[in-house]
Amino acid sequence: MNSSQSHRLTSGGLIDRSAALNFRFDGKSFAGFQGDTLASALVANGVKLVGRSFKYHRPRGILTAGSEEPNALVELRTGARREPNTKATTAELYEGLEAASQNRWPSLRFDVMSINQLFAPIFVAGFYYKTFMWPAKFWEAVYEPAIRRAAGLGRAAGIADPDHYDKAWAHCDVVIAGSGPTGLAAALAAGRTGARVILCEEDFALGGRLLSDGGTIDGLPAAEWLSRTLAELATMPDVRIMTRTTLFGAYDGGTYGAIERVNDHLPSPPEHQVRQRLWRIVAKRCVVAAGAIERPIVFAGNDTPGVMMASAMRSYVIRYAAAPARRVALFTNNEDGWRTVETALGAGLQIAAVIDARHDISPAHRSLASKGGFPVLHGSVSGVDSGKDGVRKIAVSLTGGARAEVEADGLAVSGGWNPAVGLTSYHRGRPKWREDIAAFVPDGAPPGMVAAGAATGSFGLGACLREGFAAGTAAAHDAGRSGSSGSMPVSDDEAFSLTPLWHVAGKGKAFVDQQHDVTASDVELAQREGFESVEHLKRYTTLGMATDQGKTSNVAGLAIMAAVSGRSIPETGTTIYRPPYVPVAIGAFAGHHRDETFHATRLTPSHHWAAEQGAVFVDTGLWKRAQWYPRAGEKDWLESVTREVKAVRSGVGFCDVSTLGKIDVHGPDAGAFLDRVYINTFSNLAVGKARYGLMLREDGLVYDDGTTSRLAEDHYFLTTTTAKAGLVMQHLEFCRQVLFPELDVQLTSISDQWAQFSIAGPKTRDLLKEIVDPAEDLSNEGFPFMGAREVALRGGIKARLFRISFSGEMAFEISVPARYGEAMARNLMLAGKPFGVTPYGTEALGVMRIEKGHVAGPELSGTTTAADLGLGKMMSTKKDFIGRVMAGREALVAPDRQVVVGVKPTDKASRLRSGAHIIPKGQTPGPSNDQGYVTSVCFSPTSDQWIGLALVERGRERIGEIVHAHDPLRGEDYDVELCNPVFYDPDGGRQRG
Amino acid sequence: MRIVCPFCGERELGEFTYLGDAKPVRPVAGAPEDEVFDYVYLRDNIAGVMEENWYHGGGCRAWLKVTRNTLTHEISLVEPAAGAGARHVVK
Repeated sequence: MNSSQSHRLTSGGLIDRSAALNFRFDGKSFAGFQGDTLASALVANGVKLVGRSFKYHRPRGILTAGSEEPNALVELRTGARREPNTKATTAELYEGLEAASQNRWPSLRFDVMSINQLFAPIFVAGFYYKTFMWPAKFWEAVYEPAIRRAAGLGRAAGIADPDHYDKAWAHCDVVIAGSGPTGLAAALAAGRTGARVILCEEDFALGGRLLSDGGTIDGLPAAEWLSRTLAELATMPDVRIMTRTTLFGAYDGGTYGAIERVNDHLPSPPEHQVRQRLWRIVAKRCVVAAGAIERPIVFAGNDTPGVMMASAMRSYVIRYAAAPARRVALFTNNEDGWRTVETALGAGLQIAAVIDARHDISPAHRSLASKGGFPVLHGSVSGVDSGKDGVRKIAVSLTGGARAEVEADGLAVSGGWNPAVGLTSYHRGRPKWREDIAAFVPDGAPPGMVAAGAATGSFGLGACLREGFAAGTAAAHDAGRSGSSGSMPVSDDEAFSLTPLWHVAGKGKAFVDQQHDVTASDVELAQREGFESVEHLKRYTTLGMATDQGKTSNVAGLAIMAAVSGRSIPETGTTIYRPPYVPVAIGAFAGHHRDETFHATRLTPSHHWAAEQGAVFVDTGLWKRAQWYPRAGEKDWLESVTREVKAVRSGVGFCDVSTLGKIDVHGPDAGAFLDRVYINTFSNLAVGKARYGLMLREDGLVYDDGTTSRLAEDHYFLTTTTAKAGLVMQHLEFCRQVLFPELDVQLTSISDQWAQFSIAGPKTRDLLKEIVDPAEDLSNEGFPFMGAREVALRGGIKARLFRISFSGEMAFEISVPARYGEAMARNLMLAGKPFGVTPYGTEALGVMRIEKGHVAGPELSGTTTAADLGLGKMMSTKKDFIGRVMAGREALVAPDRQVVVGVKPTDKASRLRSGAHIIPKGQTPGPSNDQGYVTSVCFSPTSDQWIGLALVERGRERIGEIVHAHDPLRGEDYDVELCNPVFYDPDGGRQRG
Repeated sequence: MRIVCPFCGERELGEFTYLGDAKPVRPVAGAPEDEVFDYVYLRDNIAGVMEENWYHGGGCRAWLKVTRNTLTHEISLVEPAAGAGARHVVK
């Protein structure tokens, strides 16, 4: 095992040297320390080559030390937990970590696909559109698979994620993004006022740049001030600090999205813990203290391993005590870059040279150079010569035209800083250009949000503290907290001077977007080809469209576009900013909504009893319903269903129909209300009677149906279909509250409060007599067809009894409070034993309704009128009701509409299937003679053949006609006869008997 | 988005269902077909401030008239529908 950590500095760093951690990268063993990221541990081990690039498979190293990283992407973990495109710069090291480089085959050092570089001319901007245009069918078969193999990043696990993800809400006065000096000052100020504060920090350590750049605050070294501040915040019970949590989006109404990586820093989450948690944070105010991102300068070979952002190099040296190079060169266009020189010298590293693009270099820096014995070159880096471990020699174009060469194994680059303007721009905000720092800064923000510190372009430590403290104070006050925020932390303001430099001309590929392999010449080509708008530039070149969303590349890209198109940078503008700020796993958005908990499951009151009976369940919406009850020896579902139907038709059976929507309608105007929502009249329904009702949508098409009973003068009980239960309630509430507020009526959803059973068959009354109190008169006279009233059961429970029939048999439906539902099922079985009672499921229910010609879901399709369903006569002409006027439109009353009719195959042995198209006999099927389709089918035990319902043009006038059923999906063709849709007991004698 | 329900207080969007333009008034019985057609099909889709019907199905089941700026999602007023709530409605 290689535990040398060859590039680990002997002292310093926020790492725990007593806690060594072993890890593997591309199968090789390494060691790091607690407190390392994967990237810092690789740096400490002298590993510079970390991955291959997206298009050209160029060797890539580590560019940054944060979530803006474009290059150091790895596949983290193995098996089902393997996560592609994980940034090594944010992945915390843990014992046993396994990571693999991406985009290389067979190995990182020898990658066959790097041959792509030779074909570079065809991989230019827009190459997809230019190269693979013809022939069209080659796209799916040849080009796309080939490109997907060659280009692309990591591989998904391809196995279900074994971990859990949670979703949670949080509410507070002030949410703060970032825990650098700005965020901490804001948290102190707001927290001291007594405000409820949530501080989100994406890193596992608090402090932001304080951890790498230090400084002096309130006369204390930064580290000391930091621990004092965190100690003070810890005493505030209403300040919640969330590390490993990125505030990734700003939404309407002060709602913010945050992703908490709860257990990403462990090999796997501890038992009963989630991997990640998605937060929705509702805050009265938000302070964005997200800091700034150092930007690269685009030059030839700027993607060579060993080229690193200057601030990242400081982070590795100071925070992680890991040296990215032994002999460092710095290429800068600003004052801040020089800090890296001080840091490197302090850590005992050699400085090869400083290449500074500015004209004026401060005397302090000049004396630093002479003390350190390294040259300061006025000019720019124009090329990088790489050996097998990355940077070896650096070519410099000096101001004035001369050339120089610098030998170094690391190149720190600073092109200035870009404020993180994502969060402030998520409501289509456009940042504004600030000439003095050559950067975009926020121009306003979503309501309730304010940016402070480096996120606004104020880069000095003193300014960050001032702005953060002021923003925190104001936010707390705006949120209604009037307490004092105490004294402000103070520090000096460093000078910041910068000469803008975006792109150095030179030979070789100069990368703008390293993750998507977009070069400066791609941007220039896009401009020549007319893709000048930044939104076009982005899509044509894919600049900024990778997982890093162009955090290190967008501004350089549009600066180059501005230069070649002769416009200023603000004229060129930015693309629209959209959340999320960092990639968020789909699993986190799904939370627990996956597999069997994808949605809620509703169980009928008799579910457990039905399960005991061995029922087969079917999902209908959220419900699980008993579909049939197989018995030993039955070879398939059809045999079971046929038995159930025969048992009902010859004896008695029962079925749980509790899933129907049930609504109590109360009030003196209940009848008038129902008259307006149904096509037929209910105000004249006698107390103790039930009536079938049909409601339309306002456009005249059928919405829903069901029976409604009048239980008292001012009390109706209404049922809906299972599917529409919620929607009908919403619709009726709309009618009641918005359309007809003058009616004195109230609606109560009682779907879950009542268990309802259909009891059907010639022996129904015999069975009911065993259940219902003997004092109740169940005779045909005492309880006639369509009767409805409350009855007492044996034992005293009150029930609602309805003499309605869906099956066409003598039948009742009985409602009991839901808690008695299971007992009712058991009781029916017990009491029904002498009569051979048979429980039946939704299949038998469906068979009997088709035999009876009753319409259901497939016929109430949202395209049918009452007349189409054969129910046109129900439409009252004496009153207004929802949909009345629109139902009279020409097309809805046309004589050639498709209407419900029965169908049966002419060959009695032939099976019928729903979906088959009805075509006139002898014609070739086609759209012009498609006259309808089969909506519902079943094997009818009563008819001893397959039967069905169909919507057929002029169907009712064509009873007896033989037509053709054409089923191209299943490749079936057969003849069917159009017939009366009521196959069973057409005069209804059985249900009235 | 968050809506302040007059009965339940401030709640998040997921509890509500959107219906649309609250301006059209259902024509009285006997109104000509054209008028009903306009009511059923013609809707304004304003880029700006609009009165909309929203249903608090995840709460009190009240229908609400919400005045919302469709460009900024700013909600300036939430009123219960005329027939919402428990207050007695004078005929």
